[in-house]
Amino acid sequence: MNTSAGPALEVRNVSLSFKGVKAISDLSFQVEHHEICALIGPNGAGKSSLLNILNGVYVPDSGEIVFEGEHFRRMQPLEAARRGIGRGFQNNALFSGMSVLDNVIAGLSRHSRVTLVEEAFRLPRALGQERAFRQRAHDVLQLFDLEKHAETIVGTLPYGVQKKVEIARAIVAKPRLLLLDEPLAGMNSAEKQEVAAVIARLNKELDLTIVLIEHDIGIVLKLAHHVVVLDYGRKLVDGPPETIRDNPDVIAAYLGSEHAEVAA
Amino acid sequence: MNMFLETLLGGLLAGTMYSLVAIGFVLIYKASGVFNYAQGSLLLFAALTFVALTDQGVPALGAIVITIALLVLTAIAIEKLLLRPLTNRSPMTLFMATLGLSYLVEGVAQGIMGSQVRALDLGIEDLPIFVGDIMISQFDLIAAGVALAIVVVLSLLFNRTRIGIQLRGVADDTRAALSLGIDINRIWQIVWAVAGLVGLVAGLLWGARQGVQFSLSLVVLKALPVLIIGGFTSIPGAIVGGLIVGAGESLAETYIGPYLGGGITPWFAYALALVFLFIRPAGLFGERQIERV
Repeated sequence: MNTSAGPALEVRNVSLSFKGVKAISDLSFQVEHHEICALIGPNGAGKSSLLNILNGVYVPDSGEIVFEGEHFRRMQPLEAARRGIGRGFQNNALFSGMSVLDNVIAGLSRHSRVTLVEEAFRLPRALGQERAFRQRAHDVLQLFDLEKHAETIVGTLPYGVQKKVEIARAIVAKPRLLLLDEPLAGMNSAEKQEVAAVIARLNKELDLTIVLIEHDIGIVLKLAHHVVVLDYGRKLVDGPPETIRDNPDVIAAYLGSEHAEVAA
Repeated sequence: MNMFLETLLGGLLAGTMYSLVAIGFVLIYKASGVFNYAQGSLLLFAALTFVALTDQGVPALGAIVITIALLVLTAIAIEKLLLRPLTNRSPMTLFMATLGLSYLVEGVAQGIMGSQVRALDLGIEDLPIFVGDIMISQFDLIAAGVALAIVVVLSLLFNRTRIGIQLRGVADDTRAALSLGIDINRIWQIVWAVAGLVGLVAGLLWGARQGVQFSLSLVVLKALPVLIIGGFTSIPGAIVGGLIVGAGESLAETYIGPYLGGGITPWFAYALALVFLFIRPAGLFGERQIERV
């Protein structure tokens, strides 16, 4: 599946500031194809800001993003989606008034090949596409064991189930890179194990490259192949999980401030 | 009793005309969070274009097609020139922009097509028909049928097509919609065009009733209480709100009017809306607080 010899994603010297406050300073790292890369660090370290740069919501002050060999000074959100960067959000961003199935079908938007007119008058091509989309959505729901909720309004489901729907919606379009912002937050430990297993399976079975933000360091060290530790917008350490666990800087910056985070 | 029924029924039917205007607002508000003050001007623009064309001898069907084409182009222009540059601005900024837009549209429309009152004949005879011994306005009946048809078409569009899924997605969570590759600008163009078409229908019906002229754009002021009562984000809300306002006005005029020396209709809807603001500020079917306006 590799379309380029280099890494799947490369962040090069990226800086971002909000009204003079530095959120990210001169950050560089690489994400290899088919790996799960975890971004960790205390709140305010710039993790979510980085995801927002990667899918074009924020424009970096300097630096560039290299995605599958192509260079971007800034990514446009639509462009990011069309190139196959999928995204899950912190606290979910589902279409809460819509059914699970409709949410997942919406996830296929970037694959639509029919024109507005065909769609409006429900011409054969539009109907054919609709059938194909519906089928694809059902397949993904099955993968996530969500089939029984297909017609349920998303907003009425428990948080853990919603999180699975959000991941299903993000991967239904077969992204080349999946960004997940705290996919396990707000879950009990059984739900965490389940969703972590889903993420590991997506990575293994669909060869999906994943960048995720997660605070549960125990799960991160088990799940990720590669960990990037951020603190105050700078890269502290970057390496495989084994090297992260024992690094004194990480213990000081991240683990040392964990109780403050729990309080917040 | 018959008089009560007749008053109620007449009011309900007239109310669907308010609903038609309100639906145009709801569509745009839902999709982009903008209270589109220019909806009334677009309605006037649509009706005026149609009348001007038929006055020039263009057959009705051709005039409709040309007017629709113009409305679609207008929607695209509004999205490209007004909404896109103002993306992520506050709702108040967008509201002010539509206020400006409404004067622009009115000015241009009247500049080109004149400001005299034009009669609009849709070929619907406004003779009352009798059901039992209840008298019903034929025109109101047809208007109500048209409103119903529009609601059915819109709900099919929203619930049965993928465009509808995208529309609701954008209305629900813009950044998530973008992250899925939904072209928000395109969706806005569609929504404004559809709101324009609904405005055309409302403009033709209202125009046939009171003549096509500047004051037609003021029907938006009648939509306001409908929206407050029904909620800014709900099409069923716009329908129910319209029915409540229509029936309320009609009943109040007949039964309370004589004690107050008549003339209740102009203000009754606003008083009713005020009551709703006290007891149910988001409206009957509203999702969010209306201070977002």
